[in-house]
Amino acid sequence: MSIHFKMAWRNIWRNRRRSLLTMLAIAFACALLVFMLSFQFGSYEAMLNSAIKIHTGYFQIQAEGYQDKNDIRSVVPNPEKVARILDNIPQVSAYTFRASAFSLASSEERTYGVAVSGIDPNKEAAVSSIKRLIREGEYLSEGDSDEALVGALLAKNLRVGIGDAITLLGQGRDGSVAATVVTVKGIFSSGLDDFDRNAVHIPLKYFQEVFFMRGAVHTVVGLTPSLWDLPKVVDAAEARLAGLNTDRPLAVLDWKELMPGLAQAIMIDLISALIFYMLLILVVAFSILNTFLMAIFERTREFGVLMAMGTTKERLTRLLMTESMIMTVLGIAGGILLGGLVTLYFQKHGISMGDSSELFRQFGISGRIYPRFTPLSAAIGPSLVLVITFLVALYPAFKVRKLRPVEALSYV
Amino acid sequence: MHFQLAWRNIWRNPRRTAVILIAVVIGVWSMVFLGALMVGVSDQMVRNSIATLTGSLQIHSPGYRADPVIDHSMDHPEEVISVLKKTLPVGAEWASRVRVHAVASNARHSSGVTLVGIDPAREAAVSFIGGAVDEGRYLDAEDPYGILVGRALLENYETRSGHKLVLMSEDAAGEIASRAFRIVGVYTAELAATEKQFVFVTKAAAQEMLGMGDAVSEIAVLLPNPTAGDDSAAALQSALPEQYAVHTWRELLPLVEAYLEINRKSVAIWYFVVFIAMGFGIVNTMLMAVYERIREFGLLKALGMKPGWIIRGVVTESLLLLMMGILAGNFLALSTVLIVARTGIDLSVFAAGAEFAGMPRVIYPVLKTEHVTAANLVVLVLGLIVSLYPAFKAARFTPVEALAHT
Repeated sequence: MSIHFKMAWRNIWRNRRRSLLTMLAIAFACALLVFMLSFQFGSYEAMLNSAIKIHTGYFQIQAEGYQDKNDIRSVVPNPEKVARILDNIPQVSAYTFRASAFSLASSEERTYGVAVSGIDPNKEAAVSSIKRLIREGEYLSEGDSDEALVGALLAKNLRVGIGDAITLLGQGRDGSVAATVVTVKGIFSSGLDDFDRNAVHIPLKYFQEVFFMRGAVHTVVGLTPSLWDLPKVVDAAEARLAGLNTDRPLAVLDWKELMPGLAQAIMIDLISALIFYMLLILVVAFSILNTFLMAIFERTREFGVLMAMGTTKERLTRLLMTESMIMTVLGIAGGILLGGLVTLYFQKHGISMGDSSELFRQFGISGRIYPRFTPLSAAIGPSLVLVITFLVALYPAFKVRKLRPVEALSYV
Repeated sequence: MHFQLAWRNIWRNPRRTAVILIAVVIGVWSMVFLGALMVGVSDQMVRNSIATLTGSLQIHSPGYRADPVIDHSMDHPEEVISVLKKTLPVGAEWASRVRVHAVASNARHSSGVTLVGIDPAREAAVSFIGGAVDEGRYLDAEDPYGILVGRALLENYETRSGHKLVLMSEDAAGEIASRAFRIVGVYTAELAATEKQFVFVTKAAAQEMLGMGDAVSEIAVLLPNPTAGDDSAAALQSALPEQYAVHTWRELLPLVEAYLEINRKSVAIWYFVVFIAMGFGIVNTMLMAVYERIREFGLLKALGMKPGWIIRGVVTESLLLLMMGILAGNFLALSTVLIVARTGIDLSVFAAGAEFAGMPRVIYPVLKTEHVTAANLVVLVLGLIVSLYPAFKAARFTPVEALAHT
């Protein structure tokens, strides 16, 4: 240990209470930021996962313009060719085909407008969580034709149960009337009210017959092992899709384009939180600035002696910076430790949202929020604290250079 | 004398005092200003939701809320209205509506919408639609085929004013009824979801199309103070026969209520967190001030000063510090609020995100006395409590050890 460090270390402990309070202030800010950011990341992840897993997928391939208009005529005409392309991109972990159309769904008593989707039972189960969301009855199987999965709220509104018939009436791809009667095979509940109130799933092949799709689908929905692989997949798919000859060009959309609202809501939340955090850190910084400043007020004589003995100004600056930074680093370490422990505890047990859980359910978070302790959430807050305390510590460290040995020695 | 001493003591080390003052000022400023922003967001949400057809309170048939279908309409709205006239405070407005699920379609597109049959004159006084039509015209009382649609819906259907839109819904007999309407006006709403959801026709047209006679689905009431509904709701409920249910906007919009609750809690947590951050600084600064003056305190004690006086002296110093910080912080926050309130904070860049989170597109800060008072009380009371620690420290020095201290 260098003499320099040793001096700084001893200086810190000359006034134990003050140093401890300073470090506690830093630790408090860090612990709070680590926990809050982990909490935010955890809830974003829950929101994303539920939206992605229930329906949207990480990316989709659609005819250009389908996303905005949902026009039944904007199709992916030859899904097998798209399949071949996706099979050759190693980072695509699963994909499935869907076709969908707006229809009137009528039971004996009621009529509602719904979104009917044709899904491939096997492939769909690998991409979305729909199979696990079945609350009553059963999931579709390969050979099914005129059978349907219905959202729980829709089933309630239509007053139908397992085995009841629903009449679907819509418009086919060629503009003709598409009508059929399906039997309810399963009822699913995702927790997202909009989805549970609107969705009817029937087998893709049957959908293609009823809505005269001539083998076409509307979306190819895909997953990648993680979000980090997504850009590569999107680029690769875009490049290869350009080679396909279709009436309308095909577009690859990632989850941010598929759910711009969710992506931006996360952005707003993150930005406003960062503003709050910066203000908090600023308050902490000014709270501890006084500790750092004490060097000038209290130890003037001491610095005078040091300077008289030939200590250079650079050395004094370095000494003061070392003192401040030791306190900061200790405080930050304590804060990360404390924040990490609290976060890990809640990561395991979850935080109950009490009366507000109804609200969070709309965003795909059910019951409890699980913070997620990640290197990123552990690093952002403390690094902000480090930068700001460093800047604050510069002030006294440079102030000390203005001392004149003679005046300083005569200071009482 | 007492204050004068404390005041002079504070300024013995102006730089130190200035530093801690800055911490308090930033803290108070952020509490008041960010609090005002959050109140602004929730206020606007409530106002929007109330204007988007909810009103201060609504009257339905008891089964309607769980199952909003035509079977659950009120066959004799006039008996409710006569009670309304007697019970409601002066200045309250009401409007009766037909409100059912329907399918709207044209050659290009079809989707589910909410068909709202309104009394044009009365509705304009109760909900947003009266002032929201920005292309074409509002509905007339005699307008059997006119329909108002939202801007977003118009774009989805690739249609325009003057074109036809066909509505289909279940009628009173359980059959599918359909009717072609002509778009007479286009409205804009705060949320695109609203524009896509609601289409407006006259009440008479809806009743005729659905074969429901004079029946209506709901009666919405807007009180002179829109957010206060509890008293009027209770009065109405007791004055009305049993086959009617009265609900306030809080009951009708549980999600908004939940959001308000979260907002209140976050403001409280924010106040507390900022205070703790400040608290460390206040304690540390006061401790420094006290330890510097050990000899002085010892001397005072040796001269016969009681410990209680010393405590009072130190606490007064921190009281003065806090008061200055609070004054400056409030002044700054007030000015910021006034400046920001002129233009608002525009979230249009994140329009889709604001929509998703149910937030207004432009945020205006709103100062509420109770919030400002709460913020200031937190700082003042907790600040005085934490400064008791250095104060007791100062009171406990014995003259001998203090005078021996160098």
